[in-house]
Amino acid sequence: MTLVLPESLRDVEAVTRVATPARLEYDFTAGRATTTFLRGILEHKILGEACPICHKVYVPSRGACPSHGVPTSEIVELAGPGVLVSYCVVNVAFHGSVMELPYVGGLIQLEGADMFLMHLIQEASPDEVRIGQWVEPVWRDDADLEATLESIRYFRPLDRPDATVDEAGHVVSWGPATRGGAA
Amino acid sequence: MLRAPLVIEYPFERTTGPVVGAFLTGLRERILVGITGADGRVIVPPIEYDPVTAEDLTELVEVGPGGVVTACAWVARPDARQPLDHPFAWALIRLDGADTAMVHVVDAGSPDRIAVGTRVTPRWRDERVGAIGDIECFVIEETS
Amino acid sequence: MRDVAIVSFAQSHHRRAVEDLNEVEMLMPVTREALDNIGIGIGDIGFTCSGSTDYLAGNAFSFVSTLDGIGPWPPISESHVEMDGAWALYEAWVKLQTGAVDTAFVYSYSKSSSGDLAMVMSRQLDPYAVGPLWLDSVGCAALAASAALDAGVVTREAMAEVAARSRRDALANNEYAQLRFDRTAAAVLAEPDHVGLLHRSDCPPISDGAAAIVLAAGDRARELCDNPVWIRGIDHRIDPMALGYRDLTDVPSARLAASRAGVVPAEIDAWELHAPFSHDELLLRRAMGVPDDAVVNRSGGALAANPMLTAGLIRIGEASWQISSGESERMVAHATQGPALQQNLVAVLEGDR
Repeated sequence: MTLVLPESLRDVEAVTRVATPARLEYDFTAGRATTTFLRGILEHKILGEACPICHKVYVPSRGACPSHGVPTSEIVELAGPGVLVSYCVVNVAFHGSVMELPYVGGLIQLEGADMFLMHLIQEASPDEVRIGQWVEPVWRDDADLEATLESIRYFRPLDRPDATVDEAGHVVSWGPATRGGAA
Repeated sequence: MLRAPLVIEYPFERTTGPVVGAFLTGLRERILVGITGADGRVIVPPIEYDPVTAEDLTELVEVGPGGVVTACAWVARPDARQPLDHPFAWALIRLDGADTAMVHVVDAGSPDRIAVGTRVTPRWRDERVGAIGDIECFVIEETS
Repeated sequence: MRDVAIVSFAQSHHRRAVEDLNEVEMLMPVTREALDNIGIGIGDIGFTCSGSTDYLAGNAFSFVSTLDGIGPWPPISESHVEMDGAWALYEAWVKLQTGAVDTAFVYSYSKSSSGDLAMVMSRQLDPYAVGPLWLDSVGCAALAASAALDAGVVTREAMAEVAARSRRDALANNEYAQLRFDRTAAAVLAEPDHVGLLHRSDCPPISDGAAAIVLAAGDRARELCDNPVWIRGIDHRIDPMALGYRDLTDVPSARLAASRAGVVPAEIDAWELHAPFSHDELLLRRAMGVPDDAVVNRSGGALAANPMLTAGLIRIGEASWQISSGESERMVAHATQGPALQQNLVAVLEGDR
């Protein structure tokens, strides 16, 4: 396909790219489950919610159990420590990031929960971080708590024997693997 | 109820392809171009394929710069992202030599100065980059 | 072709803003009700399809998290369209036609109160020549109204009648609607101009809400409910993208979809038309050959409740209710989306008589 341009455009440099930035502003409301979780944070508590049918605990809960399609109606307070079930060492800055490189993002299964929380792992060099490692939350001072997950500044290693995590990324034993299998 | 402001920004930069590229190149050069459709009608802004026959369209032609309003709607309270910071009219404008209309705004001053049939002409920006905003707006053509 | 029927429909009480619930929390009671109506669970459903767009609430992957509300784990067979739920229903109907499944679940939802809906909708326009101007959805509709008024195919008086009748019918017939009141056409005409020649009452409300439909094929439909509503014909068509290329005084894609769906206007006893703006109804009536004395939008239509990308699916559900209740025998349900009635879906629905 050859384009035929009007004479006036034949000898000028052609535009091939155009910036089309867009900015959309929202007034985000948290909804029931997230409000419950964030109100807990204000009180220095990590609140999960359990499915009334299968009793799996989700934290933070979005309000529905994906196994049963019902509201997660039972509130469960979690102690705080959990096990790193996966992590990623970030070496590349991305647009908008304020983190100093490298840093570690982790998926943490809190003790008593059946789903993962994503958070920063600090006070540990990236080469010490490992799946199965116990971590604990480091909170802001009580006076500085706000209704945001950032009120937990990060998670740091906890001196406890590693837990056993299966290939699918779930904690199968909250303690070290024993002879004869993880279960 | 917990609520928080949320701003989502899309810093897109798009490639244009040759047909849209020619339209935007024209805007940078203060030239309006359309494309000849399979039925010979001139389509502005130009499009790559004929909407009826799906044929490749290839013949770009100069149109305008003046044109006639085929539909308009007065906006008393513009949004900050829209082209003008004071009341304006949205308009579909059929440029001279074109058979279809393009969307833009007309800085008409008041709603009673613009109607279907009003003749308008572009007001070009001094700094042009090859984007639809190179036309700041259309203005009502001076009648001699 | 397999006979496919609507066997259950549920919808929320649509509101200007559902601030106390997130999207899945808003949706869950509706999907639950649609399944409970006929005593089945998600395990009895062969295929699920939803319609929504994350742009409305600005909540990335909301269409995935809302899926949690129907219990998709272990994985179910499902799909999603970034279109009105009526198009999700079309995909489900096609899936049923393949014979691969006998039941399908369709839902859509909208929580557009979080954002600036009219501006969010500008993101669906041509990103080169129109999007950067931020032509909002009300401005876009006002341009179409201008063209139609100038061409004489609609009048402001007829628009005001549609605006008034819709809210009045919602008051009389539809507890789920958001705008339910008796305001005369004269009062609408007396309102100041809002955008262009549209009065505020010519425009739909911004609504948060959800809807869900269960489809079933053949005998399975008769097992699941006493009065299935059969989809006798369904088709969807699209007009070109460029606004200025289109004749905004006409809706060729609606006309074609109606013809392909087998609509014979004289044989239809009531219509549910998805006409967000008052002139839209007039343009659709003309394009589809709706008789002047036809019963249109007994529910109040989108002018009484317009959850984005859901109000089209609601038209189909409303028609199914009106047929299963015996109020009508054969209806047309229509859905639209895109700027200024660009895309149109038409279905002919009929009861078991």
